Amino acid sequence: MTARTPLISLTQAGVERAGRWLVRGIDLTVCQGEIVTLIGPNGSGKSTTAKMALGIIKPDAGTAHRASGLKIGYVPQKLSIDWTLPLTVARFMRLTSAPSAAEVAHALAATGITHLANAIVRNLSGGEFQRALLARAIARKPDLLVLDEPVQGVDFAGQIALYDLVRKIRDDIGCGVLLISHDLHVVMAATDRVICLNGHICCQGTPVAVASSDEYRQLFGGQADATLAVYEHHHDHTHLPDGTVLHADGSVTEHCHPDDGHHQVHPDDGHHQVHPGHGRDHPPRASATSDAAARTGAGGDNA
Amino acid sequence: MLDDFFTRALVAGLGVALVAGPLGCFIIWRRLAYFGDTLSHAALLGVALAFLLEVNVTLAVFAVSAMISLALLALQKRATLSSDALLGLLSHSALALGLVALAFMSWVRIDLMGLLFGDILAVSKIDIAVIWTGGIAVLLVLRLIWRPLFAATVNAELAEAEGLNPDRANLIFMILMATVIAISMKIVGVLLITAMLIIPAATARRFASGPEQMALFAAIAGMLAVVFGLEGSLTWDTPSGPTIVVAALGMFLLAMSPIGGLIARLVHSGRDRSEAKGRTSS
Repeated sequence: MTARTPLISLTQAGVERAGRWLVRGIDLTVCQGEIVTLIGPNGSGKSTTAKMALGIIKPDAGTAHRASGLKIGYVPQKLSIDWTLPLTVARFMRLTSAPSAAEVAHALAATGITHLANAIVRNLSGGEFQRALLARAIARKPDLLVLDEPVQGVDFAGQIALYDLVRKIRDDIGCGVLLISHDLHVVMAATDRVICLNGHICCQGTPVAVASSDEYRQLFGGQADATLAVYEHHHDHTHLPDGTVLHADGSVTEHCHPDDGHHQVHPDDGHHQVHPGHGRDHPPRASATSDAAARTGAGGDNA
Repeated sequence: MLDDFFTRALVAGLGVALVAGPLGCFIIWRRLAYFGDTLSHAALLGVALAFLLEVNVTLAVFAVSAMISLALLALQKRATLSSDALLGLLSHSALALGLVALAFMSWVRIDLMGLLFGDILAVSKIDIAVIWTGGIAVLLVLRLIWRPLFAATVNAELAEAEGLNPDRANLIFMILMATVIAISMKIVGVLLITAMLIIPAATARRFASGPEQMALFAAIAGMLAVVFGLEGSLTWDTPSGPTIVVAALGMFLLAMSPIGGLIARLVHSGRDRSEAKGRTSS
């Protein structure tokens, strides 16, 4: 991973506004085929860091470097389409470049909004709009995909589906991905490396290492405990809104039984201990954990 | 053909409407209506300078408008004031400077009414040449910067991140605006230029389902307003510039009425049919 030349790199980069450092001393690289997640509480400088990497903000200290000829697909955190703009989803796909009809169709299909191609962007729901933003970014076949909170307004099950999609896109077109999120527990499965920000880099490493680190726990408090539980859970099974259970092997069952052959590992007390045994009390606890996670996810959206 | 003053007026008016429509769309999308006003107020300063330095009026108006645009961009960069306050400052300062400068040149008698409301019936063949070469140049440049300019209109940071250089597109757009103000001043006058930019584009918004379509419809609506307005001014012996704007307003009101709704439905159902056809054939 380190042998490759990075698509983007920040070296000791910082941004100062009115005498206050928004972020400082950021070292960050994203290589081809790698998914890097920036995580941190509100106001921790995640978006600022991404904008430095993108070249929207010039660093006041340190350097920002992008590979020459780098093609970027960007999903900004906030984007409002003015009602004076007549804009269909199909036209929106061609906003910054001219992808072929086949590329547009492929991107729309990948994000599951083929049926919305002729819809007015302004009339899309929050979740549909996020998918349209993502479709637009991938239609141009970028070398680097930068996603700033790409799951806003998307329900919990949809969030996991979207992150799965991001991982699939990475596998498909081999791009690097810089992902920004404030809830680690949903992005963990789709991440190679996590950088935990709070004005500076608190800690970084693999998702599991970061989630179990003391710095991360200090930053996120009680929510940190839920992170690993859900993370391990996601690899095992997900409780869908209609009460059925989606297993890691792709099958859907009515109930969640330890001995039904769909389970490989089980979470234990939300701690980073995984044992292959089949606890008898597993089903009720599993659903409780999922509910807690769903609440955390919803709370994160409101924040 | 161009020997007839009415034909000359028509040709000149159509040229202005053709270029004002597409630019007017950006004025609406970017909420820059007051910017158009500012540039046209500054035109008076341009006229005064033209007399003072004995240069071409259109050229002087263009130069002053372009300066005001650049001043606005520069002030916005280091702004402790909002854009509308800056525009108000520039607009009325330029207007006042123009009036004061004119007062100093007591030997100059200018037709203030013609300046404010236009004098389309007095356009010369040279004016027509300036309008059409300037207008076509503006449209060609607009075509070149269309993608970055439109992307920057939707979201500047997105355009910047994906390598489209929105700052350059914005700068060029400002220059195009200055050009349009300079060449259309004689047609509708400084008070009414903004109307030719905004009203046809607003009419087009009702029927358009895409930005390019809206630009095309705006040009058509503006040209129709010129035809109807000139005919009207001839029939009722009203001042031609204001009559063109009244015709544009009439078309806007018609577009907002149930009749407009009917036309919009026809346009959209025609589109849906062709799309459905495309879908079944694919």
